[in-house]
Amino acid sequence: MLSRTADNLYWIARYMERAETAARLLDVGARIALIPSAHGYRNEWDSLLRAAGTAVGFGKKYGDPIQRNIESHLFFDRDNPSSVASCITAARENGRIVRTALTTQMWDALNTAFQELKTLERMPRSELPQSRLTEWTMRTTALLRGATDATHLRNDGWDFLNLGYYLERADNTARLIDVKYYVLLPSLDFVGSGLDNYQWTTLLRAMGSHRAFHWAVGGEVTAAKIAQFLILNPQCPRSLLTCVEGATQHLDRVARHYRRKTPAQEMARGLMAELAELRTEDIFEEGLHEFLSRFIRETANLAGVIHEVYLSGDAR
Amino acid sequence: MTTYFNEMFQDGQVRAPYARLEDWTRAMPAELRQMKQAEAEALFRRIGITFAVYGEGGDPDRLIPFDMFPRVFTAAEWARLERGIKQRSRALNAFLVDVYGRGEIIRAGRIPAELVYRNNAYEKAVTGIVPPKGVYSHIVGIDLVRTGPDDFFVLEDNCRTPSGVSYMLENREIMMRMFPDLFRENRIAPVDSYPDILRRTLASVAPAKCEGEPTVVILTPGHFNSAYYEHSFLADLMGIELVEGQDLFVEGEFVWMRTTEGPRRVDVIYRRIDDAFIDPLCFRPDSMLGVPGLMDVYRSGGVSICSAPGAGVADDKAVYTFVPEMIRFYLGEEPILKNVPTWQCGKTDELKYVLEHLAELVVKEVHGSGGYGMLVGPKSSKAEVEAFRGRIVADPGNYIAQPTLALSTTPTFVHEGIAPRHVDLRPYCLVGERIELVPGGLTRVALKDGSLVVNSSQGGGVKDTWVLAE
Repeated sequence: MLSRTADNLYWIARYMERAETAARLLDVGARIALIPSAHGYRNEWDSLLRAAGTAVGFGKKYGDPIQRNIESHLFFDRDNPSSVASCITAARENGRIVRTALTTQMWDALNTAFQELKTLERMPRSELPQSRLTEWTMRTTALLRGATDATHLRNDGWDFLNLGYYLERADNTARLIDVKYYVLLPSLDFVGSGLDNYQWTTLLRAMGSHRAFHWAVGGEVTAAKIAQFLILNPQCPRSLLTCVEGATQHLDRVARHYRRKTPAQEMARGLMAELAELRTEDIFEEGLHEFLSRFIRETANLAGVIHEVYLSGDAR
Repeated sequence: MTTYFNEMFQDGQVRAPYARLEDWTRAMPAELRQMKQAEAEALFRRIGITFAVYGEGGDPDRLIPFDMFPRVFTAAEWARLERGIKQRSRALNAFLVDVYGRGEIIRAGRIPAELVYRNNAYEKAVTGIVPPKGVYSHIVGIDLVRTGPDDFFVLEDNCRTPSGVSYMLENREIMMRMFPDLFRENRIAPVDSYPDILRRTLASVAPAKCEGEPTVVILTPGHFNSAYYEHSFLADLMGIELVEGQDLFVEGEFVWMRTTEGPRRVDVIYRRIDDAFIDPLCFRPDSMLGVPGLMDVYRSGGVSICSAPGAGVADDKAVYTFVPEMIRFYLGEEPILKNVPTWQCGKTDELKYVLEHLAELVVKEVHGSGGYGMLVGPKSSKAEVEAFRGRIVADPGNYIAQPTLALSTTPTFVHEGIAPRHVDLRPYCLVGERIELVPGGLTRVALKDGSLVVNSSQGGGVKDTWVLAE
């Protein structure tokens, strides 16, 4: 397959996953705003903007983080490359470029999303409660995911799409955990103290894993359990382990298909081996923030190598 | 008052090919029609067929208007058109091989040398090259208009990269989906073999150095191009890669594409970008769309380019006048399709005639296309005619003039119901080892009442074009 085509498929998946993360952030933020907290809701919005990696841009454009501005920023704002509107537009444009590599149903899902987005943009904001924006985004991303699953050939294009999903999700999950940890715990003494349970629960909600956690883990909600669930639990669909495992499998499939190994496979396996051995205590010992920073760096390196050996077209 | 040939009604009678369509329209109340029209538009938008108009700005996702009323030809009418189109395509290709070779037609005094050799579209870089199978122009789009039951005129030839074939195919798909009964009642020749024939045609002109099954690609300027939809549509139907210049590179004697498995050799390039942009080392050095070194590989027979660089000299509006002469010269036949009489404003006596009769004529730029920068005398105000006169006088060589033809009309759905609107026709002739033509083409319709300009950039729409089986 053309390297440029593979690159576009990979980015379609990344953008859609990113749009979903933005919508989840919007949802969880709105929820927090309804509940009084020791830190005040303002802090919460701020932490969400940091998770989205756009706090600086937001401050410059809007000033105060009030809900309407956050909605504009995370959903509609074309100046924010991570907003739902930006991501869906970019994914659709990528899709248009590689129409031939998409099934009709996938293109339909992408193109319909784009057409509906334009309708939403023309509607008065008073008619668009936040819940509708979030639900629409979740449904839209799920439609593409479903169409891909149901109709795409299990060829190398399928692998590059999934690599995009898994790497983006790994990055998003790690950033979300990191921000909550970093922003909300003023000193390390608080770790495991119970004071931060509410914030941790919010984190679960942001990952759509609030109920799943209780089913999969159960019992008292503690920081250690949540960290285990979101980082190391293979049942959690967004855990770092699940994401790295998925990426490793798809890289292995590509290597088999092409009958050629690259440094990307080796790197993914290394990452996977580390996570498989890791215990929650080890993570806290290293320092959660330190661990997450390292993980984010390593997935970025992996993405860099994948780009180099498959997507750039420079490989000989 | 000019009378126009109506392809459905003649002397108060319904002409044979349209017989069944009369019942169809009778049985269709206005509400149903509106519903169907909305359905068709939704389908087009969903598929993603849109048309961006150069220089007009606005919505890049604009739809080209689709008229549901089909245009119909009988098998006999089509048979004659087909012979004429194939004849013309053959002559145009013979001309190209000749003018990049010995130039017999010029030596014989049948075409003025300066018209060919001084032409902007004449590529000195390819002189002496005979492309595989002696074909320069592999897809010939011949624009036809009709003025009477048996009177067809060629308006212009398109030998480079004629576009619009995706509309021919999609119009048919959508009509079949919306009105299956019509297709059961009428015996309509299918057009859906076009992509297969195109792929076969392209593969048949693979270079001699190619061993085994040739790798064919479409080269597009990219997704910002107004015809990008068509490029990806054709690539998809043919099952070949759609590449941009950045996906290709030259190494050794060949052209390669960048893939996830490393470089892969490319044998035939169906390019949808102009000569000037295909190789910055040979043509425009500022081109970001092309492939540096491509022309060297082409010249040494490492790759085929379709249409071949230089093909444009055959569809120049000034060279057009001589196509009937080419048919006689190369094929020894009389032209089946007529040319429209044309005055070259570059010639003093002809310019004089044009300026005296400006209000009756259609004047076009020699190198213009897409209905831009043209004057339709009878449809223009005095001031518009005078303004255009100034432009002609300033640069006469840049203009040709033709009589305003009484373009035929076909019934068309308009706001008030059904009304006659002017149409033209572009069939797509494929030239490789064989010359083939699917039964049909793109009918463009001028949707504005009285307008003779069918270009989509000027408010034109498209129709499904039927050829009835015997």
